[in-house]
Amino acid sequence: MAGRGRGRGQMTFNVEAVGIGKGDALPPPTLQPSPLFPPLEHRAVPLPGGEEGEYMLALKQELRRAMRGLPYFVKPGAPRRDIERYSDKYQLSSPVDSAIDWNPDWRRLPRELKIRVRRLRKGRTAPLVPKQNITPDKEETIKKLESLEKKEEEVTSEEEEEKEEEEEGKEEEEEEYDEEEHEEETDYVLSYFDNGESFGPDSDDNGDEAVY
Amino acid sequence: MTQAELRLCSLLLQEHFGEIVEKVGNSLLRTGPRPLRLLVGDTGLLPDQVKKALCVLIQHNLVRYEVQPRGSVEYEARSERILRILRYPRYIYTAKTLYGDPGELLVEELLLHGHLSMSCAVSRVADRLTETMEDGKTMDYAEVSGTFVRLADTHFIQRCPMVPETPQGAAAPPAPTLAIAERDMYIVPRFSLVGKGKRRRSCDEEEEGEHKAKRQKPEGGSSEPPLDDGIYWQVNLERFHQHFRDQALVSAVGSRMDQTSSEVVRTMLRMSEVTTASGASHTQPLSSNEIFRSLPAGYNIGKQVLDQYLALLADDPLEFVGKSGDSGGGTYTVSILWEWDSMFGSRCARIFRLLLRKKHLEQKQVEDFAMIPAKEAKDMLYRMLSENLVSLQEIPKTPDHAPSRTFYLYTVNVAAAARMLLHKCYKSAANLMERRQHETRENKRLLEKSQRVEAILASMQATGAEAAQLREVEEMITGPERQQLETLKRNVNKIDTSENQVDETIFVLESFVESTMKRL
Repeated sequence: MAGRGRGRGQMTFNVEAVGIGKGDALPPPTLQPSPLFPPLEHRAVPLPGGEEGEYMLALKQELRRAMRGLPYFVKPGAPRRDIERYSDKYQLSSPVDSAIDWNPDWRRLPRELKIRVRRLRKGRTAPLVPKQNITPDKEETIKKLESLEKKEEEVTSEEEEEKEEEEEGKEEEEEEYDEEEHEEETDYVLSYFDNGESFGPDSDDNGDEAVY
Repeated sequence: MTQAELRLCSLLLQEHFGEIVEKVGNSLLRTGPRPLRLLVGDTGLLPDQVKKALCVLIQHNLVRYEVQPRGSVEYEARSERILRILRYPRYIYTAKTLYGDPGELLVEELLLHGHLSMSCAVSRVADRLTETMEDGKTMDYAEVSGTFVRLADTHFIQRCPMVPETPQGAAAPPAPTLAIAERDMYIVPRFSLVGKGKRRRSCDEEEEGEHKAKRQKPEGGSSEPPLDDGIYWQVNLERFHQHFRDQALVSAVGSRMDQTSSEVVRTMLRMSEVTTASGASHTQPLSSNEIFRSLPAGYNIGKQVLDQYLALLADDPLEFVGKSGDSGGGTYTVSILWEWDSMFGSRCARIFRLLLRKKHLEQKQVEDFAMIPAKEAKDMLYRMLSENLVSLQEIPKTPDHAPSRTFYLYTVNVAAAARMLLHKCYKSAANLMERRQHETRENKRLLEKSQRVEAILASMQATGAEAAQLREVEEMITGPERQQLETLKRNVNKIDTSENQVDETIFVLESFVESTMKRL
């Protein structure tokens, strides 16, 4: 305490040992926050070019793109529209949140993670029925219905391989169908070929009620 | 887990698996192992979404689960495995250099899907290879499975732990406890995969016929499970790391001495590839006779010359090769010095090397030994001190620690310095990724437009449009927009390459930190 106020600039240790000689100017005090992008003192090492670097770059971008397309990329469910629209019924919705697009080996996973999707079967087949008359190849649609049914049941690893093959085929058809729909742009074709099955009581479960 | 690691992990998860998986992964990383209910409550997502995300993460070995004694299942995220996603391109490229295209595609499929059964992997790879071949040729399964077996023999891929056999009638546990013995890990099941790769979307008539025939087959064929049911394979990342380490060692030796000595070291490493456990710091001792016999054919050097080389390597102060024939971790010091070079300039690297060698030095001694003018030396030392790369050690001359009578010595604590650098690397990788995403987001509209134009062009070309129409469509993208796209592409490429580069540094530093921790 006795030393307080005396000899303002003195430090407790011999500054020469640390290397600041007498009379050397100390850096001025800083009055502002450090700049956002301080100037670089040394140039960065040039990036590795050459065949290896370019190949790895291409690989990296390919991987990114590929992973987006895989079923492991979990997309959040489609945002709920404010009003329920008529066209919703005819659009191929993205896989519902609770469906898994690929078939893991359920024996290797804890039981609580299994997801059952039975209840959706009714809703999924209805929009596909009018589609049957549009696509020229009925057999393809039948195959697709089959694959969807299989898909929504509990999965076993036995069907894993075929599932992947069918899914590949299904993806092809899905894309084709999407193109058609976008190209047509009118409602006419869809409703013109409506074979009336969705009109009136649902054939499956409401057959008892009277038809007016 | 440091903040920087956390940030990098969530960026990686988000980029490769989407936002839902990222949220789940984040929650697990931040708060440690927890059961499903708590996860659902924490993330605020729907239970089904969380379940789906967990399935994805477990499939890719990023999360593991454990049955607690009370019966609930707890999930734990594996942060170090998530960070490896950054290194996927390097693994695939290495597989390509070692085993050609089938090897590359096999490793890629395994990395993309987490784990696959052999039949599945082989069929996928054969299909992909068939697509790239000329019309009419198909890839035979035999070649691909041959590569698969070779990959398993050299331990680059390994079997996943298996589901145990449950005795009949016993209650199934809530979650299987998967286990596998070390020796079983690389055994390829004996069965023959017969078949050829199939082409997708080909316009041939016979494909249509096959398509229809294939459709009838599933009804009959789905009843039998594939021959290797339940046996899944995954990539053995540790083995790849060992390979990278060996590569680094060899190149370091090559740059210090000459080509032949690096060949010697490479031979030694190759011989002990499979016998060394992945985390060992020394290989098994090898006699010089064995080395002599295993040298590649092109190098016909005499036995005495080989002995001379070995002696040289053993005497090298960086201790690559010890007298009894094992090789050690001298590379890491060399590699870290390379990093110093780029960060602070070569003068700093000189000071650093000096401090490493002499352990403790005073200020004046540093200036003398390094032959750097006093002012510069001071400046650099303080900068390194502020970055915590070097530290001050006080040695008092008198018992009362009076500052004027104390030695202040500079010293380097290598492990701490390495860890600090590693932290910086994680931060820079995360920054790079964010910047890249930002750039892509800013130009999203333009990117989408160009994609649409390309799609239109492709479809028009397929249906045979004239050149004039094509040109018209191309002009939908104006000149300045084209330039903007070019700049964007160049920037994104640069950022991607730097991410790869940073990952290489991360690898070196991580191995170093790991090896120092083991030695303690």
